Amino acid sequence: MTAVARVYRWEIAKLLAQKRTYLGLGTAIVVPIIFVVVLVLKTGGPSDVPLGRYIRETGLAVPFVVLFFMSIWGLPLVTALVAGDIVASETHNGTLKTILTRSRDRGEVFAGKALATATYTIALVFAMGTVGLVAGSIAWGFHPLTSLSGTTVSPGHGLALLVASLGIYVLPLAGIAAFGLLLSTVTRNSAASVVGALMWALLMQLLGVLPGTESIRPYLLGTQFDAWHGFLRVPADWVPVTRALWVCALYIGVPLVTAYLVFLRRDVAGE
Amino acid sequence: MSSAPPVEACGLVKRYGDIVAVDGVDLVVEPADVFGYLGPNGAGKTTSLRMLLGLIRPTAGSARLFGHDPLVEGAKALAGVAGFVEGPRFYPYLSGRRNLELLADYDDPVSRPRIDEVLSLVDLRDRAKDRVGGYSHGMRQRLGIASALLRQPRLLLLDEPTTGLDPAGMRDMRDLVRRLAGDGITILLSSHLLYEVEELCNRVAIVRKGRIVYQGGLSELLATAASTYRLRAVEPERAAAALLAQPGIGAVESSDGELRFTADEEAVAALTLALGRARIAFTALVPERASLEELFLGMTDGESSDHDRVSEIAV
Repeated sequence: MTAVARVYRWEIAKLLAQKRTYLGLGTAIVVPIIFVVVLVLKTGGPSDVPLGRYIRETGLAVPFVVLFFMSIWGLPLVTALVAGDIVASETHNGTLKTILTRSRDRGEVFAGKALATATYTIALVFAMGTVGLVAGSIAWGFHPLTSLSGTTVSPGHGLALLVASLGIYVLPLAGIAAFGLLLSTVTRNSAASVVGALMWALLMQLLGVLPGTESIRPYLLGTQFDAWHGFLRVPADWVPVTRALWVCALYIGVPLVTAYLVFLRRDVAGE
Repeated sequence: MSSAPPVEACGLVKRYGDIVAVDGVDLVVEPADVFGYLGPNGAGKTTSLRMLLGLIRPTAGSARLFGHDPLVEGAKALAGVAGFVEGPRFYPYLSGRRNLELLADYDDPVSRPRIDEVLSLVDLRDRAKDRVGGYSHGMRQRLGIASALLRQPRLLLLDEPTTGLDPAGMRDMRDLVRRLAGDGITILLSSHLLYEVEELCNRVAIVRKGRIVYQGGLSELLATAASTYRLRAVEPERAAAALLAQPGIGAVESSDGELRFTADEEAVAALTLALGRARIAFTALVPERASLEELFLGMTDGESSDHDRVSEIAV
């Protein structure tokens, strides 16, 4: 096992031993269930959101609708909860100096932490998608999906589109995670980093709805949460998808590289 | 194995804004030393140790461990080195054993096979399955030693290892340090406890306001102070007159029928002959070695709160 893999394995073990991880994953699991239960018990529904009109036609529509609602602040919050804490809590508890006086270089420790954060972010999105799909399918069956272009998509194809959509949805969330990781490294304060990363996400959403921001809107992080719409059109619209790829690469790369450089050089002293 | 000294710091400086925490520290720890880094709280001991371990960057100067600079070579420079600064810290939500497994996996080579051995050494095997969050301070200190020993270090850096321990814990910790030193491990031990340093260390550096005011052998340090002797004579007045007449004898004082004076060994030897010739009988002639505490307070000007602390702890 390589050095980074060893650090990564322990970062995952540490996440699995902490309550905040379960708070995040629990939210990702419980929200779609509550969503489905409420829609089963009540009439009406989210008809004004993408795929909202078809939600009672197939369980395949549920994860898409839940993802839409959770992109506003739910998933950014639970992502920030871990990303903002992963370095800061170790600084605060003094364990960072414990692990930095072993045989691992700072770069290896940082890589392990960044990979663990990414794993948690991916787990959040796929847990939410899977639970939404299963809960929705139990309630309304696993039937063909109506695409955003109005065509009918077979359940198998719909499932593939869901996986692709979850994959592209992870990217803007990873952008928030990277920003949280940067704050966690720089501020050394867990609460400030969590709140700061959430504020960053909300700012991106706010800029997206303010008048006069139309020209920058395609390049805002919040906009990339809708990139999956491209997959749900027939034929597929690759413009939002490819844009999400490079825009998110910047939103992930810049804070991540900055955090890495800060982590390599920073003083590790008591708080 | 490198022939470079275990610790070599040259002109280490650490500034935080206008505050100079460490001010030009030059330090050499030789193999098999038990080196006491002694100073009042806030003198810059922990900051120096952090720089030695590469945890913080010096504003100026450099630190080498067995010839390797952690700032240049990263974690590779810590090969054969272990220890802790500001007390050992662990993941409170993991058990003692899991913490050691984690740290063992961070070592090269992975030191897992030694976990049981080091847990036994610090007498923590029975509590190894419990979360560290429930450990007492003393148990954490012992786990800190265990985690350091996992690495089979040739150099151990311990920052105030007995701070916060109860008397039995302090005794056990000192016994452990003594045993490790006996195994040939070089130990750099920071402390503000004078008797601890006096008991354990062969060499010391005394640090004051970020600067080293003395560095060398402990016995040489103690010898630098003018030696004081006590003389109990049958006829104190005649004895006092003989003392005053004797070359090399100074600072003669009389109290409670005893005479105190300063002299070197040669002068004292001559004095015994002079007293014999003058037929002045005496019942005791006792050298009073200057204590490290007196020297320390002299060198650190009995600094403020530290003076209180030293008095409080050293009695």
